[in-house]
Amino acid sequence: MSSKTSSFVQAVLVALLAALSLSWADPARARHEGSHLYAQHCSACHGADGHGGVGVPLALPDFLAIVSDDYLRNSIRFGRPGRVMPSFAHLTDAEIEAIVRHMRGWYKGERRAAVKIGKGDAKKGEKTYKRNCAGCHGPEGEGGRGTGLTFSRPRDLPVLAPALNNPGFHAAADEQLIKATLIHGRQGTPMMSFLKMGLSEADIDDVVAFVRSLGKKRAPASARVLDSESAVLVRRSPHDVATTVEKVKNAMAAANMSVIRAVPFDEGMVDKKLENRKRIIIDGCDFNFLNQALTVDPRVGLFLPCRITVTEDAGRVLVMAVNPKRLSTIFNNSELNAMCEQMHEVYTLILEDATL
Amino acid sequence: MRRLTGVFVAFGLIALLAAGAARAEELIMVRSPQPFPETIDALQRLIQEHGYKVQRVQRVDVGLAAKGFKTDFYRVVFFGKPEETRRLANLHPELIPYLPLKIVVFAEENTTLALTNNPVLLGTFFKDSELAVYFRRWERDIRSILDHVAND
Ligand code: HEC
Ligand code: HEC
Repeated sequence: MSSKTSSFVQAVLVALLAALSLSWADPARARHEGSHLYAQHCSACHGADGHGGVGVPLALPDFLAIVSDDYLRNSIRFGRPGRVMPSFAHLTDAEIEAIVRHMRGWYKGERRAAVKIGKGDAKKGEKTYKRNCAGCHGPEGEGGRGTGLTFSRPRDLPVLAPALNNPGFHAAADEQLIKATLIHGRQGTPMMSFLKMGLSEADIDDVVAFVRSLGKKRAPASARVLDSESAVLVRRSPHDVATTVEKVKNAMAAANMSVIRAVPFDEGMVDKKLENRKRIIIDGCDFNFLNQALTVDPRVGLFLPCRITVTEDAGRVLVMAVNPKRLSTIFNNSELNAMCEQMHEVYTLILEDATL
Repeated sequence: MRRLTGVFVAFGLIALLAAGAARAEELIMVRSPQPFPETIDALQRLIQEHGYKVQRVQRVDVGLAAKGFKTDFYRVVFFGKPEETRRLANLHPELIPYLPLKIVVFAEENTTLALTNNPVLLGTFFKDSELAVYFRRWERDIRSILDHVAND
């Protein structure tokens, strides 16, 4: 790089750093100390004290004794695409640091000494993996089924095996973390010490090499987030509002939905006399489907109820619904992808049926 | 050529940082240490204190139970400012499926979870500077409401 250019780049960097450190020094940020940030961004899933029922517990001594700060930082920054754990790329480095320090406060014991990493053979490791690990972590390392998001549902699984093929995991983890986990296990979870289970250190080095190789493959389906597209589905109806509403109701029934209500959009917002009769919402629900979806991820209530809106706009009659594919991306849960695609089809069918 | 590369690197850095800053949290979710009945009462009170009207509370749990499915408390609270909702629905009919605002509330044992999508994200689809102002205010108010739900 020419000295002129590099001094330009340096100047830009210095300016950026100055801007960043200014924002750190901002006293308004004082309240953004770690515990507050953790409560705001993490406790809903991981629990106020790190023992929460979603995903893996964070306050485990066997976890905090072996993880590096970098593993925590990068897990927060990159999340686990498609596995519910969001990416917090919008937080500043200082905020992430504060959260990490807060988490460190949960464990005051000794950190474990680093383990020695031998040169493993991924091919041999794959065999060991199939025999010892695939039952919990999945044949491809995709993690246990379900997300640990039991919430209001009956709970049967205590701690779910995390995905080992997730790009977010590999962006955060190194051989140390993987090997130390295999040597010591994580007491209080189904993850046991494989040294105690009879694997030799050489076997473990092989498995570590295999798990590492999972991170070099193409992003797996379990890390897929549906492509986002338009936020609403819209069709134009050739009929008047009242006829279109009747047609929507029929189309919903044909799609196995019970129609819950068909009322003016502004009912309950404005005086009865002022309600707009040219803007009608039709709420419906397929309770079987809903029950299934809530089992996969209880947050999908955000889609509820299934609502079709019929409205007159500048002489046209429009029929609309939210696009479930678009909404699905905010949950970062690949297990919802198929269901959101199915909902997208059902909505499209209803809109098309009603506007025939 | 080298010089150009340097400039690109600098611009790339700025673009990256700017993109990072522009990204918003997509889902806003909090846990209230209170049981469900207390939490949903507090939520409705807080919504009103923030100047919104609760339009309806959808009792999902009741609907599910009627069909024989087992579930704990699960409700969806719809709310908005009547005049503002009407005006925006008239001006931007494509926004109607996202109106009024809603917060999902459900029990997890003795605590309660409350969540919604971040309204600011609507700005990626409805690109309109006037709407952007509304989206930001809704985000601020929803954060404040949920902050109180989590901490009071
Ligand atoms: C009985 C089920 C089970 C088996 C068998 C099992 N694991 Fe695990 N594993 C888990 C669970 C559950 C966790 C999460 C522990 C926690 O909460 O920190 C875990 C955590 C891990 C982690 C840490 C990942 C992270 O995100 O922190 C690694 C690495 C890992 N397991 C690798 C393996 C390998 C390799 C094998 C086979 C040699 C294996 N596991 C066998 C259940 C299992
Ligand atoms: C929407 C729920 C959710 C939120 C919010 C969330 N997480 Fe997670 N987190 C998860 C899930 C689920 C996993 C396990 C992913 C898997 O199974 O592969 C996880 C995994 C992790 C891990 C890896 C743990 C391990 O044993 O390797 C860390 C670290 C973590 N989260 C920290 C955080 C922090 C810090 C925050 C707040 C900034 C946060 N999470 C917010 C759901 C969440």
